[in-house]
Amino acid sequence: MLRQTEGSAAVAETVALCRPEVVCAYPISPQTHIVEGLADLVRAGTLEPCEYMMVESEFAAMSVCIGASAAGARAYTATASQGLLYMAEALYNASGLGLPIVMTVANRAIGAPINIWNDHSDAMSQRDSGWLQLYAETNQEAVDLHVQAFRIAEQLSLPVMVCMDGFVLTHAYERIDLPTRSQVDSFLPPFEPRQVLDPADPMTIGAMVGPEAFAEVKYLAHAKQMQALDVIPAVAEEFESAFGRPSGGLIRGYRADDAETVVVALGSVLGTIEDTIDAMREEGVSIGALAIKSFRPFPLEEVRTALAGAKRVVVLEKALAVGVGGIVAANVRMALSGLQMHGYTVIAGLGGRAITGPSLRRLFAEAVADRLEPLSFLDMDWGRVEAELERMADSGRSGPHAENMLREIGIVAGGSH
Amino acid sequence: MTEPTETEAGKRDQRVRFYQVGSHVVGNRLLDPEQRTVQARMDRSNTLTSGHRACRGCGEALGARYVLDAAMRASEGKLVAANATGCLEVFSTPFPESSWQLPWIHSLFGNAPAVASGVAAALRAKGRDDIRVVGQGGDGGTVDIGFGCLSGMFERNDDVLYVCYDNEAYMNTGVQRSGATPPAARTANTKPIGEHPGNVFGQGKDMPRIAMAHGIPYVATATVAEPHDLERKVEAAMSLRGARYIHVFVPCPLGWGAEPRDTIKLARLVKETGLFPVFEASDGEVTGVSRIRRRTPVEEYLRPQRRYAHLFGEHPRPDIVERLQAIADRNIREYGLLGDGSEEEAGW
Repeated sequence: MLRQTEGSAAVAETVALCRPEVVCAYPISPQTHIVEGLADLVRAGTLEPCEYMMVESEFAAMSVCIGASAAGARAYTATASQGLLYMAEALYNASGLGLPIVMTVANRAIGAPINIWNDHSDAMSQRDSGWLQLYAETNQEAVDLHVQAFRIAEQLSLPVMVCMDGFVLTHAYERIDLPTRSQVDSFLPPFEPRQVLDPADPMTIGAMVGPEAFAEVKYLAHAKQMQALDVIPAVAEEFESAFGRPSGGLIRGYRADDAETVVVALGSVLGTIEDTIDAMREEGVSIGALAIKSFRPFPLEEVRTALAGAKRVVVLEKALAVGVGGIVAANVRMALSGLQMHGYTVIAGLGGRAITGPSLRRLFAEAVADRLEPLSFLDMDWGRVEAELERMADSGRSGPHAENMLREIGIVAGGSH
Repeated sequence: MTEPTETEAGKRDQRVRFYQVGSHVVGNRLLDPEQRTVQARMDRSNTLTSGHRACRGCGEALGARYVLDAAMRASEGKLVAANATGCLEVFSTPFPESSWQLPWIHSLFGNAPAVASGVAAALRAKGRDDIRVVGQGGDGGTVDIGFGCLSGMFERNDDVLYVCYDNEAYMNTGVQRSGATPPAARTANTKPIGEHPGNVFGQGKDMPRIAMAHGIPYVATATVAEPHDLERKVEAAMSLRGARYIHVFVPCPLGWGAEPRDTIKLARLVKETGLFPVFEASDGEVTGVSRIRRRTPVEEYLRPQRRYAHLFGEHPRPDIVERLQAIADRNIREYGLLGDGSEEEAGW
């Protein structure tokens, strides 16, 4: 059913079609519209039976999901940014216990300085938490990935994050083909938990494990993620035949097969990247893109195969591993182990800075000419950085960076004078 | 089971005044079978069964067994427990061994109330209101790290009975101070060093009162010295829906430097001194108190515990003992712990 609607509203409606039995809500921008939408659907009786739990923190939200899932209910929540970090301990617990919770992450920066806009720092910080991480390029894909996520999670008994760019996707109105109830019902069978808290068959969940078996238990989590490398594309294929459109999977190449230069990225920025590639292709530049759809598990083989023929790889990522550089880039390099090619890491779009077509055009031209540094920062204002570094060198009490920077720019709290 | 002699019909409703020597606790053998504790029954569920690795004289192990067996009886065996990290969790589940004979989940230190809420929500969504949910933890998991989740559970009035087994410090990590550690008590990080030995005299963190302030249907305190009282409170809590809270005082021989054989004695003395008021409350109002049977100076409770040894040693601190006595006296006034006919109202 085609609709012109907001990304969050579409996700809320789709999640409701997946019949979650427990939904936890704690407000944090930019995911709030999703759980608000679900509240309306529960109140209106459209989604039932469902317990809508308004909890006191993200830590509680994930903890309620843990209890609900362990009791055999399909559980869902959504968060972003600080909220994802606040539930970090529970994230590891949910995956360690093998509970198939599905969560939307409306990707947003991490403070300090506090910033509500989009980048991937939040989800990237939890890349080793044992959750699967699927990244949506469009709102259509965000919708589709939620339907697939419940299937994948419950088949593997592992939790799944569906990552969609905050504001860029969550707050964007566009045409979306929403699935119907009968489509989802036939695609997504009722939840059959692998373990359940049931007085008829009492079981202890969450026991202590010592050195004698800890590594093996942890390895099983890894083994299940390796199984996900088969499950994710299989579910995507089934989804395509049932819904008539491609969505999800592990990776997706764009004009990459014969490309000398391949740009690797995740999420909504791929739209701008592909437009730029089209323009450069018109000029005869051999350039393409590789979208990583599943960041966890990371499809090492698929990425290697997709990039093996390239001369250079540019990894454009919306997160910064302070003290080293790229996160996605490090994973891509692992995939390319032993292959000789130029590799560039570009940090872009931090804290919601727009990644524009002209900037990408300049960046890719530099890359094609092999004039890029191994690690670079798109549209960085080096003048301001240098000024602040100087101020620090001059005075032991140079003050807070964020405030100094804004004073210099003449912008207060994100709004111009 | 051999029937005791006092079982003729007319004695069913008698006021029992037979107490065990010294303990003032009603002996089960003297009671009509129907009035005996759940613990004294052949059909008790042994929810926390034998073989676990608690220390000798562990008050928490006793408390958990009393509470859960009573809750199992009240729910006809349809009970799920969510447990916070802590001694109770560690000594009961060194896998593949588990002492739990009910469905039991341990998630984290600070989230047991929220996990319990999640279980309750799932059961409600599935129409399984016949299965009841208990959350439980020690004082650290309850009044400190789990405080936020517990308050949220109270505020939403989720259908969970949460039980705090209070042994007044972080015992599992080696006896560090918690928000429930009493003033002057020695712990690993409040040693008797300097002018103010032991834990500070702070404002306190009175969890039962905080629970009451949420206006939840039922709040009670109890000690492991009086299983009749504790079991009755569990039964009362289980007869209600919504968020319920029971705070059980459980001595810790290891952490307190007390003799394992004194666990029950100390739990009895803490009530008899007035240091730990035993009461129950409905919808935020106190509805009953267990009166003190024989008022006892706090010194009698403090002396057997090495965590208070610095108050009585070579350099005694009667000034500090006096301040602790003042706390007990204030409790006695505030809750009306002394009164006529106290035994009758003790509500064993």
